[in-house]
Amino acid sequence: MNKPIRVVSVFCLVLFLALLVNASYLMYVRADSLSDDPRNRRIITATFSRERGAILVGKEAIARSVPSDDKYKFQRTYSQPYKYAPITGYFSWYGQTGVESSQNSVLAGDDSRLFVTRLVDMLSNSDPKGGNVQLATNAAAQDAAWDGLEGLPGDAQGAVVALEPTTGRVLAMASTPTFDPNKLASHDFGAVADLSKELNADPREPLINRAIGTTLPPGSTFKLVTAAAAIESGNYDADSQVPGGYRFKLPQSSTTVGNYDGGNCGGRRITLTQALQVSCNVTFMSLANELGVDAMAEQAEAFGFNDTSLEDLGGQAESLYPRDLDPPQTALSGIGQSSVTATPLQMAMVAAAIANDGDVMRPYVVDEVRAANLSVLDRTDPQSISKAISSTTAEELTTMMVATVDSGTATPAQIPGVQVAGKTGTAQSTADRPPYAWFVSFAPADNPQVAVAVLVQSSDTSRSEIGGGRLGGPIAKAVMEAVINQ
Amino acid sequence: MSQTGTLMGFVHRRRRGAELFLLVLALMVGIGAYAAVGLGVEGVVPADLVGYGGWLTALIVAAHITVRIVAPYADPVLLPLVAALNGLGLAVIRRLDLTYEANGLAQHTFARQQLTWMTLGVILFIATLVLLRDHRVLQRFTYTAGLLGILLLILPFLPLVGREINGARIWINVAGFSFQPGEVAKVLLVIAFAGYLVLHRDALALAGRRVVFIDLPRGRDLGPILAMFGVSMMILVLQNDLGSSLLFFGLFLAMLYVATERPGWLVVGGLLFGAGALAAYTFVGNVQNRFNFWLHPMDHYDDTPGSYQLVEALFGQGWGGLIGRGFGNGFPERVPFAYSDFIISTIGEELGLSAIMAVILCYGLIVERALRIALISRDGFGKLLAVGLGAIVALQVFVVVGGVTGLIPLTGLTTPFLSYGGSSLVANWVIVALLLRVSDQARRPAPRLDPVDDAGEDSESTQVVKLR
Repeated sequence: MNKPIRVVSVFCLVLFLALLVNASYLMYVRADSLSDDPRNRRIITATFSRERGAILVGKEAIARSVPSDDKYKFQRTYSQPYKYAPITGYFSWYGQTGVESSQNSVLAGDDSRLFVTRLVDMLSNSDPKGGNVQLATNAAAQDAAWDGLEGLPGDAQGAVVALEPTTGRVLAMASTPTFDPNKLASHDFGAVADLSKELNADPREPLINRAIGTTLPPGSTFKLVTAAAAIESGNYDADSQVPGGYRFKLPQSSTTVGNYDGGNCGGRRITLTQALQVSCNVTFMSLANELGVDAMAEQAEAFGFNDTSLEDLGGQAESLYPRDLDPPQTALSGIGQSSVTATPLQMAMVAAAIANDGDVMRPYVVDEVRAANLSVLDRTDPQSISKAISSTTAEELTTMMVATVDSGTATPAQIPGVQVAGKTGTAQSTADRPPYAWFVSFAPADNPQVAVAVLVQSSDTSRSEIGGGRLGGPIAKAVMEAVINQ
Repeated sequence: MSQTGTLMGFVHRRRRGAELFLLVLALMVGIGAYAAVGLGVEGVVPADLVGYGGWLTALIVAAHITVRIVAPYADPVLLPLVAALNGLGLAVIRRLDLTYEANGLAQHTFARQQLTWMTLGVILFIATLVLLRDHRVLQRFTYTAGLLGILLLILPFLPLVGREINGARIWINVAGFSFQPGEVAKVLLVIAFAGYLVLHRDALALAGRRVVFIDLPRGRDLGPILAMFGVSMMILVLQNDLGSSLLFFGLFLAMLYVATERPGWLVVGGLLFGAGALAAYTFVGNVQNRFNFWLHPMDHYDDTPGSYQLVEALFGQGWGGLIGRGFGNGFPERVPFAYSDFIISTIGEELGLSAIMAVILCYGLIVERALRIALISRDGFGKLLAVGLGAIVALQVFVVVGGVTGLIPLTGLTTPFLSYGGSSLVANWVIVALLLRVSDQARRPAPRLDPVDDAGEDSESTQVVKLR
């Protein structure tokens, strides 16, 4: 009977080997994908129970974990919840958004850059602590942006983005209406679920970070892109004579489109500078028509359209300049209408590129990653994405934008003693909806420190009062001042 | 066969000292794990560590002394392996108890009950070794054991005593105590199979005809295999217990193969079981579900019935990784029945892959020891008994651990010695006692048949040779 016993032995060996191999496969190879499963509550409970790192602006921790009495040990708190919610996002039992999500591995202490800290924690048998995230945000600029949006009449929907042109640093990013991440971080999960349902159902979309998550027609602010394309084509400069007048007849169509105020832009032939100053629709429609869809699209893409560039914040919508526009649509795209859509961040990138000699810098909100003891582990290096326009084109556009602030539509952004470059926009949406007010600018014009884009999607302003300059100008001005005066 | 020991001039050593040394290591595992549970979950060494450790030590030492006295030649590795597994299981169950208690669950004294069951198990272990001095005595009870085994399997169907728990009708309830008679039935059935097969092995082995390359058994000899097949299917369909069904049939097939040395039986049995499983898959919803949950566990997480339990177990084990989270730092209580069927996932989560491997290796060694006992055993009955008992452990471990780690469809079986469960623990301690008994017989030096000194005055009378 010994031979079959040996066969049975070999068979048992095979069974046990299969168990060993499968256990190794499960607990080593599959472990990561199991941990990434959103239904894996263990990971969340563990992160929830751990001392999560802080999110810092300057020296202030705008998000940190404080000891709590319940079984989760730590409670996430946000010191300035509404103001910073679009950047920090929230950290709830059900999930994370914003920097809480994109930097989760650092904050939770799982990141490989924290390896040494983790090893020390393990050896000293102390609970693991998460790393800290230092934001690029400038507190004063963020205050100005938030106060500006809060100061809008009624239940305004809007967003502000401020960039440092030479680096791409996001100095400010505010969006309204917004939400209180403290309430979503609560350990009362039932209340959190209810609130989250409520926020998701809210027609005012408080959970959306409008600065990067909402794309709308950029309106006249897009004329900067049209002007850039025109100058880059080599046929135009700031003093070139361009068509003005009352109306532009769209190609292949009998429709004509007039200027915003119904005027004639100051004559049948005006300079390009004048055209930008008064935001002449006729001029930019005819320029776009002349340049054609390809040249326009290339210029828009050089500024960052049809792409997402903000890597350390989720939820970025792609700003669009479709390449399949027909001639009438192309003409309309010259004034930021038709199917052209942009986020406030994208328009801030356009302004920042003009301010930065034509270099488009990759925007970023996370400046540094630090260990719990504040030693710097990683720093974001400014990175150029593309050369959108030549330096001379940038210079000419700057001069034109300065003229627009000095004596054009953008006068509300004037700052005494500082040269400001700006452009307004008032974008039509549908007939029954008020237009969107835009404003982009940078300052000081000769040594740019800050570029801003402001979008007011809706507010309680009467329709006739809406204008990019009137609504957005003062907010942009306040943000620029906050940065310059430091 | 019976003279192997002396013919080769090889005498097995008793190795009781080695057993004692290994038992000390095993106790360190059990008591150390219990202390670690207290430290990890509550932050302090448990107050009852001395009492608990003393009790555990007393049980193990009592078992060891019994072996020393009544089975001095028994295998020295089996008892330490079992002691380590039982100790680890107790600690892990205690760890879950603490969390159940913290979460306000009514049932949170599983560890204490398990210790009581272990005490009973050790008492039965001692009783078995003391009362059963020669395993061949069991051969007399072939049909009694078989009948009793079948009866125990049927018991859960009887009204009054039978209970259905979690969809499987495998429990009986007598005077407030729940018991799984199937756990005891499997030991009785091994005895019955071994007795039957030793008697009928020639008929089963020699008669038959050759088809292509395989010797197929005669039709009339298919009787026992068909009967066992029927019992297995009955368990599967009526009791909704895929695991036990697989266990009984696999066990019978292994013993049949060893007894007859004919692979043809494996083919016939395999085909039969395949057909039965296919039929069960087609007609029994539960089996179909289990199969689906196994193939696509992630898709049925939220269904009822669904794969929640399995997926949570997989999550836990994945999270445990190579070295685990440490006692108290995981969430094994998220897995329903973590203290019984799913104790392996708790070990995986908090002690990691390294501990899972250690546990699997311990089981592997138990099986290896059982099969080694079968190899060196001098009588056919002992061989078959050892093979059967080893096969039970091997199949049960494979089915449970394979199910919990997602290798095969999940079935409800306990992990021997680790899982909470009185019937299983007691039955497994008896299995070890039987294995030690067979091994004592096998390793013991063969009786000396020296010529008797005829000078004595009663040289004329008949010499009585004592055979053991």
